[in-house]
Amino acid sequence: MKPRLRQLEAESIAIMREVVAEFSRPVMLHSIGKDSSVMLHLALKAFRPGKPPFPLLHVDTLWKFREMIAFRDATARRLALELITYVNPDGAERGIDPIRSGSSLHTQIMKTEALKQALDTYGFNAAFGGARRDEEKSRAKERILSFRSSGHVWDPRDQRPELWRLFNTRIRPGESVRAFPLSNWTELDVWEYILTQNIPVVPLYLAKPRPVVRRAGTWILVDDERLPIEPGEVPTNRTVRFRTLGCYPLTGAIESEADSVAAIVDELRQSKTSERQGRLIDTDESASMEKKKREGYF
Amino acid sequence: MGGVLPLRFLTCGSVDDGKSTLIGRLLSETGQVFDDHLKALTIDSRRYGTNGAVVDYSLLLDGLETEREQRITIDVAWRHFSTPRRAFLVADTPGHEQYTRNMATGASGCDVAVILVDAEKGVLPQTRRHTTICALMGIRKIVLAVNKIDLVVFGQDGFERIVREYHAFAGGFSDLDVTCIPLSALYGDNIATRSPRMAWFAGPTLLDYLESVEVQVDLAVRPFRFPVQWVNRPNGSFRGISGTIMSGTIAVGDEVRIALSGQTTRVKQIVGPDGGVASAAAGEAATLVLAADLEVGRGNLVTAVREPATVADQFAAHVIWFSHDPLLPERAYLMRIGTKWVSATITTVKHKLSTATREQLAARTLHVNDIGFCTLATSAPVAFDAYSGNRDTGSFILVDRVTHETLAAGMIAYALRRATNVHFEPLAIDKSARAATKAQTPRVLWFTGLSGAGKSTIARALEASLHRLGRHTMMLDGDNIRLGLNKDLGFTDVDRVENIRRVGEVAKLMTDAGLIVICAFISPFRAERQMVRRLFAPGEFVEIFVDTPLEECVRRDPKGLYGKAAAGLIPNFTGLGSPYERPEAPDLTVTTVGCPLDSIVTAILTACSCT
Repeated sequence: MKPRLRQLEAESIAIMREVVAEFSRPVMLHSIGKDSSVMLHLALKAFRPGKPPFPLLHVDTLWKFREMIAFRDATARRLALELITYVNPDGAERGIDPIRSGSSLHTQIMKTEALKQALDTYGFNAAFGGARRDEEKSRAKERILSFRSSGHVWDPRDQRPELWRLFNTRIRPGESVRAFPLSNWTELDVWEYILTQNIPVVPLYLAKPRPVVRRAGTWILVDDERLPIEPGEVPTNRTVRFRTLGCYPLTGAIESEADSVAAIVDELRQSKTSERQGRLIDTDESASMEKKKREGYF
Repeated sequence: MGGVLPLRFLTCGSVDDGKSTLIGRLLSETGQVFDDHLKALTIDSRRYGTNGAVVDYSLLLDGLETEREQRITIDVAWRHFSTPRRAFLVADTPGHEQYTRNMATGASGCDVAVILVDAEKGVLPQTRRHTTICALMGIRKIVLAVNKIDLVVFGQDGFERIVREYHAFAGGFSDLDVTCIPLSALYGDNIATRSPRMAWFAGPTLLDYLESVEVQVDLAVRPFRFPVQWVNRPNGSFRGISGTIMSGTIAVGDEVRIALSGQTTRVKQIVGPDGGVASAAAGEAATLVLAADLEVGRGNLVTAVREPATVADQFAAHVIWFSHDPLLPERAYLMRIGTKWVSATITTVKHKLSTATREQLAARTLHVNDIGFCTLATSAPVAFDAYSGNRDTGSFILVDRVTHETLAAGMIAYALRRATNVHFEPLAIDKSARAATKAQTPRVLWFTGLSGAGKSTIARALEASLHRLGRHTMMLDGDNIRLGLNKDLGFTDVDRVENIRRVGEVAKLMTDAGLIVICAFISPFRAERQMVRRLFAPGEFVEIFVDTPLEECVRRDPKGLYGKAAAGLIPNFTGLGSPYERPEAPDLTVTTVGCPLDSIVTAILTACSCT
C-alpha cells in the first residue's frame, strides 16, 4: 500500500479508537456509499481481533436505490454486525417524498430530522460519519470531532480547536459529537484504497447500461415505478455510473465506461468536475451545505 | 515522488495580506479547481468578490457564509492539492488576532509556514506574532511571502527593505530557516511560474520551494513512545493495548516500560491493521499484547526501556492562552496530555513573551492570545517528553471544567520536580547498600540565606568536622556549580529555578551514592527549595536557614557584591533587586551574629544526628 494510504488508514483508526474510548454511546452512520464502506472496513481493522464495539445506523429516506438497500443488508449479514435502520415515522406517514415535496423538504424531514430522532431515540452521543474535507468548502472547515450542542446544532463559530492529536472530548448530557475519521482523505484516496483493499462497493458505482432520463443537466436513474416520467422524457439505456449515492431522484449519474474500480481510479485522475456535482441538493444555494449542517445534517 | 507523504504547510500573516487568495491561486495553477467549482467561483466572485472583474480566488477557501459576508477568514480550511512532484495538505488560517487559536491549530500540524506580508504595509505585529507561534510550535521552515508586489511596481528596494526588517526579528529564533519570495497572489507572479516582471529576483518560485523543501523528520529513529488509547479485550483470551506509535519502532520480544508504574515487560504479540506483525514503526496503529499482566490502561504511556519518558507532576511549559477569560493561577483546569485527562493548575506565570520584540515581560496572568512561560502542577504524575523532542508526547491542552471550552495549548519545556512514585532503573545495589558500606545515613544539608550570610563558611567547617568523624561527604557550593555545570544559566527567575533544580538532581544522585551532601545556595524561592525537598525521602533533606540580617550581610560583603549591586552593576541581586523568601518552617535556623563558628557546627551536627 502507498505510504500515503497507510498514513491515512492509521489516522482514521486512531480517531475511531479515540471516540470509542471517550464516549459512552458511539454509533457509526452507514450511508451505504463508498465512504461508508471504507469507514466500515477501517473499523474492522481498528478493533481487531474484536469486532467494532458499536452498531451501524442507516437513516433510510425510503428513496434510496434498491441496489443500495440490498447491498446494506448483505454487508450487515456478511460481517455479522448490528445494523439499526431508522425511518422518520412522521415523515413516512405524511408521505414526504423528494419529488412532490421537493428535495429541500425531503432532505430536511427524512434525513436531517430523522438522523436527530435516531440519535436521540438510542441515546447516541458520538456518531461517526464518512464526510471528507475535500468534498465541499464548508466541510474543509470542519473539525475531526465536530461538536454539536443539545438539539444537534452546529455552530461554525464555536468549534473546538484541534491541536496536535489532542481532542477535547468533554461533553455535557444532551451534547454530542460527529466524528469524521475520513476528514483528510480525498475522493481519489478512497478509490485507491478500495482498489488495494478489494473492498466491496455498491455496483451502482460501476458503469453499465441503465435506464435513465435526462433531467436538470444530469442523468436520473429510473430505479422503480415511483419516478414520475415528465412529458417528453423517454427512459433510455445509457452506460452510466454514480460518483456519489443519495436518494435516487436527487442523484445524477455520469456517462462513463469505468466498469471496474481500477477504471474508476483512472477516470478520476482525468476528472475535471467535482464529486458532488451530481448532488442536486447541494446547489440549491451557494452556502447550502453549511445551512444544512447547522440544522443537524451530516 | 508519488509515494511520499503529503507536505503539510500553513499560510498565515495579517488580515488582508492575501492568504486565501494565495491558496486559491495555488490550487488553480496546479489544476485542482474542478470545472463546476470554477463556475460557482465566477458567480461568487461577482456577488462577494473584492477585486472587481478579476476572479476572487479567496472565495474557493472562505467556505462559511459569515466569512463570505465579512470577507475574512475565520476558521482553518484544510485543502489538498498535488503536483507531479509532491502532494500537499495546506491549512489556510485566519489573520485576525481574535482567531489566533485557529492559526495555532493550523501550525500544530504543519512542518512549513508561509507567512504573508503585504508589500505596501511591510512587517506588521501579526507577522511577528505568527512567526513567534510558528517557532514555538516547532516549525523550522518559513517562507516570507511578500505579496501584492504588483502594488509596489515589482520593485526590488521595497522587497529588500521588508526582508531586512523581517530578518532582524526572525533572526532571534535560533534555528529558523527563512526563505523570502516576492510574489503576487492576485496575478500569479512567482507562484507557479517565474515572474518576467521581477528579473532581479534569483530565488525560487513559491511552488518550486514547496515542491523541494526537505522536512522529513525520521520519527522512527527516536525513542519508542506509545500512548495507550484503548484496552482491547474482546474475549477472555485476548487483552491488548491499542494506540498509535508516536515515535520509534517496536518488535515482538522487545522490552518496554510502562511509564506511570515504571514496570517493565516484553511485547508478546503485535496486531496491526491487517493482523499479526513482527514489528511496527512510528505513525502506525497497533495493538500490543504484553507478556506480563500489568495494570496499563488509557492514559498510560509505553516507552523504550533504555530511553524512558519523564514522569512528573510539575513542569515548565510555554502556554498559548485562547480563552477570553484570563488565566487564573492555582485554578484547577482539566488537562489533556497524550491520552490522559488530569486535573492541572498553572502555579506561576514566569513571564509573558512579547510577540513584537521577543522580550520576556513580567506577568501574573495571561489574557486571550498571550503566550507565557509557566509552571504547572498536575493532580497525578503524567508521562511526557520535552516538546522539542516529541511534539505528540510534549504537548497538552487545558479545558474548562464547567464550560468545556478549550482554554489553552501548551508545549512542555522540562520537568520541575520528580514525582515520588517515579520508578527508576531498578539496580541490584541500592542506596541503603551503598550507605551501609560507609556506615552512615545519607543526608542533604541544605544551607539557604542571603549572600554573605555565612553559608559557605559554615558549610566548609561542617564538612571538615564530618570528615574528621570518618563520614563520606561532598560539598556543592553555589559559585562553584555556576562555574561548571550551570555556567549556561543567568540570574533571571527562570534560570534561578533551573539552577536549583539541577543542584537538587545532583544532590539526589550523591545521596543515592550514600554520601552526606552539603549544599550552600542562596536558593531564594520557597517553591524551589520545596521542589528539591520533594526529591528526597522524609527526613533526608535538612533545610538550614542561615538567618543573618541584610544589614549585617551588607556590612560583611565578603565578595564586594552588595557594593556593586548598590551601584546598579548587578541587577536581580537577591535582597536588593530580587526577593529572598524566608523559609517558613526550616528544619534548623542558625544565627551568625555573635556566635562562634564551632558552636554553630556542633549545633548542626547534633540536630542532624550526623555523628
